[in-house]
Amino acid sequence: MSSTILPLNYFFILLGLTLSVISIMSFRDQGNPRRIATGSFWALYAVVFLIGDLLLPLVAGIIVVAMALIAGLGGVSLGKYSQFTAEERHESAVKLGNRLLYPALIIPFTTMIGSVVFQKTKIGGMFLLDQKNFTLVSLGIGCILALIVACRFTGSTPVQAMREARRLIDSMGWAVVLPHMLAVLGLLFMDAGVGKAVANITTTYIPMDFKLVAVAVFCLGMTIFTMIMGNAFAAFPVMAGGVGVPILMGVFHGNPAIVAAIGMFSGYCGTLMTPMAANFNIVPAALLDLPDKNGVIKVQIMTALPLLVVNIALMYFLMNAF
Amino acid sequence: MQATQGAVNLWPLIGVAVIIAGFILRQNPVMVVIIAAVVTGLTAAMPIDKILISLGTGFVKTRNLPLILLLPLGVIGLLERYGLKEQAQRIIAKIKSATAGRLLMVYLFVRELTAGLGLVSLGGHPQMVRPLIAPMAEGATENRYGSIPDQLLYKIRAMAAATDNVGLFFGEDIFVAFGAIVLMQTILRGYSIEVNPLHMALWGIPTAISAFTIHAFRLRRLDVEIERELGFQKTAETVVTEAFTGEKA
Repeated sequence: MSSTILPLNYFFILLGLTLSVISIMSFRDQGNPRRIATGSFWALYAVVFLIGDLLLPLVAGIIVVAMALIAGLGGVSLGKYSQFTAEERHESAVKLGNRLLYPALIIPFTTMIGSVVFQKTKIGGMFLLDQKNFTLVSLGIGCILALIVACRFTGSTPVQAMREARRLIDSMGWAVVLPHMLAVLGLLFMDAGVGKAVANITTTYIPMDFKLVAVAVFCLGMTIFTMIMGNAFAAFPVMAGGVGVPILMGVFHGNPAIVAAIGMFSGYCGTLMTPMAANFNIVPAALLDLPDKNGVIKVQIMTALPLLVVNIALMYFLMNAF
Repeated sequence: MQATQGAVNLWPLIGVAVIIAGFILRQNPVMVVIIAAVVTGLTAAMPIDKILISLGTGFVKTRNLPLILLLPLGVIGLLERYGLKEQAQRIIAKIKSATAGRLLMVYLFVRELTAGLGLVSLGGHPQMVRPLIAPMAEGATENRYGSIPDQLLYKIRAMAAATDNVGLFFGEDIFVAFGAIVLMQTILRGYSIEVNPLHMALWGIPTAISAFTIHAFRLRRLDVEIERELGFQKTAETVVTEAFTGEKA
């Protein structure tokens, strides 16, 4: 870590400071009916980013539970934000034209160039980017560059950007911390042996003497397990150990590359259908102001289910053909 | 439960049941997750302070997850204030043949292809879908039919988000250096099975093509649905253009 010019930690601190400002703005927002609770929620989150490494794990755990209680009791609420009217925004769009678009595009392109071109760049013997998190660091740099350009084009200030960040972060509310908490739950599930229990049930109670049944159990198992854990990566080791390796590769001599690749994709069908994959399904619903937090999942089901059937068919026909 | 080999403890599955019940009963997900975590810990005979410690450690360790979501918010919000969404809609208004479905099909193709080349950051919900893709899909529909009823509007937005997900998931797995492939290789090596990562990437391609085909078909259905619901309120201008070009939506 110390041999990096731009470690990921800098961006944790940047985000922590932003959250601190958002928290202060929330405390002072008379238009928010739950301003103390909302401000406390973001303040606690700011602490996790600012000094997370220094906190005792027990203290961090208490912070997590406190945040969950605030969110669960409806404490994270919308405030009042001064916004331009639709006409003013339209006028501004006509005036600024594509200059509004360029800063938005700077973020993905900087991320891409940073992680592809400057990944291994060294200056004075030190890596420029954090070697474990070069994509995230590139994204962070992209956001800063985009902010500078956006302020220049619009004549606005970083303080205004913080106000806008508060508007967006409030509109997502508790959904912001959900991916985070689910990842924690996933780790706990593994420690507690949930994976083993699920694999045990699928392999003990279903007869897998027929190739089609075995293939279907493996693919469906990947899907369902992914829906429970919210992550296909957590499902693969369990299902590969329970069904993939001993039965599909062992008994039916399936091609390992085909079994693995299509099995993982069956897991992704599960990712499309579960609220546990919050960052892909719940957060976008919040970001797009959908009243139904499961709105994105609902439209994805009819893509995921047919694709799952296709996967089972592909694995059944291909795994012994090559 | 007692019929299985005694070695495996099935009690932690109660945590899974809590999650399912919580989501079905529409309780606040953050609360459900914390309760599930505590229940799971207790069924695995962990004392309460150990559960708190593992919650805290995990939370701090996964701080990189929300970073990708939160860092772009400031600049995206600022650009929105000055009319980014309106500009996205002005651009799409210049393309007369654009429909929500066709636009999203193009995005699906580009997203899946670039993800397949390892360029996964050329998209995403906060950076691309909210400020650009969803407003463009809405704008394309508005240009053709005028105002959109709320239910349909929400469906178009949800489809924009879904398109980003489908393109990303089924594109990135055909990129050789992607984490999933490395993970599968490592797991299989544990069972003394050597697999060439390139073969795994290649065998992902049939599914990747199927995913594109199925989702593109759904996007076509979206256009059909929009036409069915809003066809009667088509603006006079669009009717004239279509009569002129002989094109049907």
